[in-house]
Amino acid sequence: MAPLTNYLILSAILFSLGVWGVLRNRNALIIFMCIELMLNAVNLTLMAFSSYLKDYSGQVFVFLVMAVAAGEVAVGLAIILAIFRYKENINVDDFNVMKW
Amino acid sequence: MADLIFYSLAAISIAGAIMVVTRKNAVAAALYLVVVMCALAGLFAQLGSLFVAALQVIVYAGAVMVLFLFVIMLLNLKRDEFGFDSRIFQRVLAFILGALLIAQLILVVAHFRPFQPGQPIDPAMGNAAAMSKKLFMQYLYPFEIASILLLAAIIGAVVMAGKKRSD
Repeated sequence: MAPLTNYLILSAILFSLGVWGVLRNRNALIIFMCIELMLNAVNLTLMAFSSYLKDYSGQVFVFLVMAVAAGEVAVGLAIILAIFRYKENINVDDFNVMKW
Repeated sequence: MADLIFYSLAAISIAGAIMVVTRKNAVAAALYLVVVMCALAGLFAQLGSLFVAALQVIVYAGAVMVLFLFVIMLLNLKRDEFGFDSRIFQRVLAFILGALLIAQLILVVAHFRPFQPGQPIDPAMGNAAAMSKKLFMQYLYPFEIASILLLAAIIGAVVMAGKKRSD
């Protein structure tokens, strides 16, 4: 098995790519996918530590993160749909209806 | 052999992630995200957790991505609406911040001192069985909270995306 640090570095790279995507893209759907990417990177860290420490708690956390991510996707995509009905567009630069 | 599997899966997931970030078309980004999810499922399997690997494929590569593709198709965006910000400054700044974050995280990992690994798990118990025991005994309360959260998410999604009554 590859050492723990390899997994941690891979997870760090994937997380940073997700951050890059959130900062770079203006399409709300792709920003959402990049958030999923970050959640997955964190899951990989939890799994690596779970395997290293021989403790199943990390896997339970991964399970819970998956449940939360599923809920987050459902609500987030519903919000994107609602905004699309209102604006006919999903460019995040146009989402300023709540700006004071 | 294990190293070869790790490095090939790592390369696939990083390449897929870069493609997700740089695609203009949301459908292409979603399909590359499936590639990343499946590569991560392989890594989970290699870490010795077949149950979570299966969950990763079923929940992420299956359910979540289907939801994404449904919404992409439903929105039916025109080509010119898939686009990056035209302001080049913001893209350069995004790249610099991402690179800084990578450097910082790798620095942290490089300074990480390995501590004592835990006791080997009882091999008589399978992976799913051992995890379920933990989940339903020690973490029962978070599990119940997660189910309530999912219920709230379902209701929220229906309320948010449902058609407005014309009144």
